[in-house]
Amino acid sequence: MDGQSQTMDVSVWRGGEDGDYQTYQVPAYESQTILDVVSWIQQYEDPTLTYRFACRVGMCGSCAMMVNGEPRWTCRTHVRKVLTDGAIKVGPLRNLPVIKDLAADMDPFFDKWVAAGGVHTPSASRNEPIAPVDPDGDDRVTASAGIECINCSVCYAACDTVAGNDDYLGPAALQRAWTLYNDTKHDNRAGILDAVSGTGGCHNCHSMGSCTFYCPNELDPMAAIAGLKRETARSFFRNRKG
Amino acid sequence: MLNLRLYMAQRITALIMAPLTLGHIAVMIYAVQGGLSTGEILGRTQGSIFWFAFYGTFVLAVSVHAAIGLRVIIHETFGMRGAALTTLSWSIGLVLFAMGGRAVMAVTGGGV
Repeated sequence: MDGQSQTMDVSVWRGGEDGDYQTYQVPAYESQTILDVVSWIQQYEDPTLTYRFACRVGMCGSCAMMVNGEPRWTCRTHVRKVLTDGAIKVGPLRNLPVIKDLAADMDPFFDKWVAAGGVHTPSASRNEPIAPVDPDGDDRVTASAGIECINCSVCYAACDTVAGNDDYLGPAALQRAWTLYNDTKHDNRAGILDAVSGTGGCHNCHSMGSCTFYCPNELDPMAAIAGLKRETARSFFRNRKG
Repeated sequence: MLNLRLYMAQRITALIMAPLTLGHIAVMIYAVQGGLSTGEILGRTQGSIFWFAFYGTFVLAVSVHAAIGLRVIIHETFGMRGAALTTLSWSIGLVLFAMGGRAVMAVTGGGV
């Protein structure tokens, strides 16, 4: 990969749901990311190529795509890591509707995030004194384990349960629910258990672990979902007694 | 396609089946090693409330557990949902219960 002497075959999804892959010859550079490759195609080959990105440094979660059939954050994925026989295949995220080219419709992902009880309900108003939170407390440590989620939807695209079950809320939404459940400043913990106990709730997870395997921030949504299963099972017996 | 109730039903029936399966295997090994004939085995099981309860509970747990498990597989594989899925799940459970119940009655019933 010295200068522009070498090229690679990059197949990119073009069109909507009924689209197809189109192959481009892209020059290979040192330290090149998949997002660099996609940007090169848009700048030098076809300005109509549609894709999303913002920060380019793995913070915003905008640029996730399928790369050689696996979900990845493209701004932090080096070409040399994924190049197979001089070729790369880039497609829109799995398990989401395609708007155009590499832009997937994120609405189902974020709708489920809200449906899983992901909206914070404060337990105090701004007029009350700030309640101290022990950063080393068990609840806070459990909540903190999931707060670095950037909502890139890589886990959602990786999840085979989502692929088979449209109603399933998915790993990111459930991890968010588990984070809020363990947040002592959240005022609707019972509401979260109700939200994740329905038809598409946490109990549909088969613990296959693709979410944890593919999470670019090395979070563990599968453990979060296991936590929700434990707490809902406890609440099941508590409610029966009460 | 699993809500909390179905999930708990499947997990609780799994908990029930685990010791019953071990008991069943132990009885089979005992019966084979002791060289008991079919007639001798039936002589001990028929009319026994204990064996009726043992295998009756087993059949009930299997019917519930398997029906819920197949419900998930059918939904995720074929996309079936709603009333059709519920009807099929119940049908699977009832067929398993009827078949298992027939076997339990044959082994632990009055002895015809």
